Amino acid sequence: MTGFDLIVVGAGPAGIAAACRAAETGAKVLVLDNNPSAGGQIWRNDVPPKWAAWLSHVEFRGGCAVIDDSLLAHGVPIVLATGARELYLPFPGWTLPGVTGAGGLQALVKSGFDVRGKRAVLAGTGPLLLAVASLLRKRGASVTCIAEQAPRPALLRFAAAMWQYPSKLAQGIELGASLLGVPFFPGTWVQEAFGRKRVERVRLNGFEQDCDLLAVGYGLVPNTELAQLLGCTLQDGFVTVDSMQKTWREGVWAAGELTGIGGVERSLVEGEIAGLAAIGELSEARKLFSRRAAWHRFAARLGTAFELRPELRALSRPDTIVCRCEDIRYEDLTRWASAREAKLQTRCGMGLCQGRICGAANQVLFGWQDTSVRPPASAARVSDLMES
Amino acid sequence: MTIYLDGRTLTVERGATVAAAMLNAGVSVFRESVSGEPRAPLCGMGVCYECMVTIDGERELSCQTLCQEGMRISTR
Amino acid sequence: MSAAPDVAIVGGGIVGAACALECSRAGLSVEVYEQSIVGGGATASGMGHVVVMDDSEAQFALTHYSSSLWRELAADLPAAAEYLPCGTLWVAADDEEMAEVHRKQAFYQARGVNVEVLDARQVAKAEPHLRPGFAGGLLVPGDCVVYPPVVAQWLLDQAGVTIHHQQVRALADVPAGIVVNAMGAKSARLSPGIPVAPRKGHLVITDRHPGFVRHQLIELGYLKSAHSASGDSVAFNVQPRKTGQVLIGSSRQYGAEHKEIDREILTRMLRRAAEYMPGIGALTAIRTWTGFRASTPDKLPLIGPWHGREWLATGHEGLGISTSLGTGRLLADLITGRTPPIPAEPYLPARCRP
Repeated sequence: MTGFDLIVVGAGPAGIAAACRAAETGAKVLVLDNNPSAGGQIWRNDVPPKWAAWLSHVEFRGGCAVIDDSLLAHGVPIVLATGARELYLPFPGWTLPGVTGAGGLQALVKSGFDVRGKRAVLAGTGPLLLAVASLLRKRGASVTCIAEQAPRPALLRFAAAMWQYPSKLAQGIELGASLLGVPFFPGTWVQEAFGRKRVERVRLNGFEQDCDLLAVGYGLVPNTELAQLLGCTLQDGFVTVDSMQKTWREGVWAAGELTGIGGVERSLVEGEIAGLAAIGELSEARKLFSRRAAWHRFAARLGTAFELRPELRALSRPDTIVCRCEDIRYEDLTRWASAREAKLQTRCGMGLCQGRICGAANQVLFGWQDTSVRPPASAARVSDLMES
Repeated sequence: MTIYLDGRTLTVERGATVAAAMLNAGVSVFRESVSGEPRAPLCGMGVCYECMVTIDGERELSCQTLCQEGMRISTR
Repeated sequence: MSAAPDVAIVGGGIVGAACALECSRAGLSVEVYEQSIVGGGATASGMGHVVVMDDSEAQFALTHYSSSLWRELAADLPAAAEYLPCGTLWVAADDEEMAEVHRKQAFYQARGVNVEVLDARQVAKAEPHLRPGFAGGLLVPGDCVVYPPVVAQWLLDQAGVTIHHQQVRALADVPAGIVVNAMGAKSARLSPGIPVAPRKGHLVITDRHPGFVRHQLIELGYLKSAHSASGDSVAFNVQPRKTGQVLIGSSRQYGAEHKEIDREILTRMLRRAAEYMPGIGALTAIRTWTGFRASTPDKLPLIGPWHGREWLATGHEGLGISTSLGTGRLLADLITGRTPPIPAEPYLPARCRP
């Protein structure tokens, strides 16, 4: 890891932008990602040419999980761009094979899952549902419906503000065209999934639908584990940064969904600023502040429009599994007052994923904050912890 | 490319992950949960561990592993 | 608001919980003060072993008596307590350690504890993942492991006592006939002058790898390396959990105040484990953590009256789970004036007065 001017963790839009802008100035950049190839979730196997060209000037190491704070020992500036995962809210049947995240299904399709002829129901919230529906259609699936939990008035207000973001408006029109004929139900959410060995049918509020695939995502949760292990400060679940995307931890910058949820353009501009700032190109970075401000405003509109409705907290039945690693059920959790207490008394969040899935759900269901992160940031070989 | 899944021979496209290849082969159960429930990929991005299988003798996330010629995959 | 209870226990770890249950069973009115969550301190961060130890006659008496209480309790424990009667296998690396095996065997047998000496072949058969070439070992079949936070909560549920979730700043503020300091590594904050110091430890837990280890395994060099009175040390101590997970210890550090993982100690500890079980490096680690034991200079806990209405039940170091049940019984007997089942003198805090 020595011999580099900058280390970027995460090769999604924010990480790629940080790496490329730093590389343009002649800096030697190393990019690490736990996925086998660059692109992150949104550009999986599909990095736009503008960025792909510069990416060839940086060293990319895929399949490389960063599990602790040993990166700091190299004294090289670090940009964290570890992105986000999806928020999943438990409902009866959500553990059935064939039920995936919305972004989860998108990732599987982009990594080679052939969905031709399959009937898919998309549910949850946010523009991602439309993007995934469009992808599924292009790949030959039949999207039987899109269920958006946000109420129609909130969606209309959001759409009415889109004229301020011409690129988003254009994307929206293109998406809309690709989804002509697909039933779209606002104010609608999944209540239960049925099936013997895999999902066969889904009940939404008001109607039932047969399906082969049910993809449900309730928005995004930042992957802050590594930032926490490195000693960055968090506020409201996101990494705190200054105007240069610098965290409270010396030598560490953060960009993209780590600092807030708001789409690819927001991640890109934050990544550019972080990459430039981390190698000392502050005046170049400053030129991007106004563009960032615009995308931060867009992010705020997104957050308001797609706020989660309270009914989603009441989808579980007593026997609904909440922690999928340890098969801990809703009824096992109701006695306890905090994430840690529930964990110690029931094993909720003690499994392989270490609460990456149920932790965020329990924050919505019970209001529990779990800020305890210990190495490894993700499961690792014991031998990986033996290297000091 | 050719890979082997629980004794079956599969032809897969280069660049596909093991999870995608398994789904394409009609596998719906990737693992059994601790209480014996059938499970399959949820997140598709290496977070949930529902897609863990044995690849060439090691427990791996199938959604984060690209298919390689001759790979042996077992769902146990 | 009811009258002040006979006994207030400050600290809802497993020691406090056991004291609460035994006092309550003895007919005393009891309340518990726990600032955070039940069993959230060393009770949660320790390994959860119940072992009979032979450092001293007094340590033996308390661990042996407590072990018998654990066996009585086992059938009633909820499944989540993860009671696993796996026994302990003390692993001897060479002839010198084998001599220690025989000394231990004589000690335990003379006191009625069932133990078994294993030769090199038997050790290899009992634990196939140990590297080849160990001289032998001593099997203590009666030892077991549990998941202590669940037991602590269960003991308190059985006691049916009121739990005040509030911080106690001074024992004098607590309304009760007797106030018991059961604050473990933090107990010296409330009882200045007691010789209880935090001793940091690191642990690593793996994913489920059932059958990788069958007994709790401890190196016999443990006594040489880990129990040395001062300085940092690591020792091979690996444990099977009922879930099939493998819990890897152990380390001991004085003077370390922060909870952060010390990478150098963690590395040393894991390398020591790999020297004994080479295959351990290939297991999947899912979490590492640290905790603080309540250590005393003579390696014996402080159980009994201290000043006035202030009593102690602390200083259990790495044996808090093992000795919790015995501690509860001793404390309740001392408070009510009953004759304790084992002599209480070695544990009385009075021994620490200047």
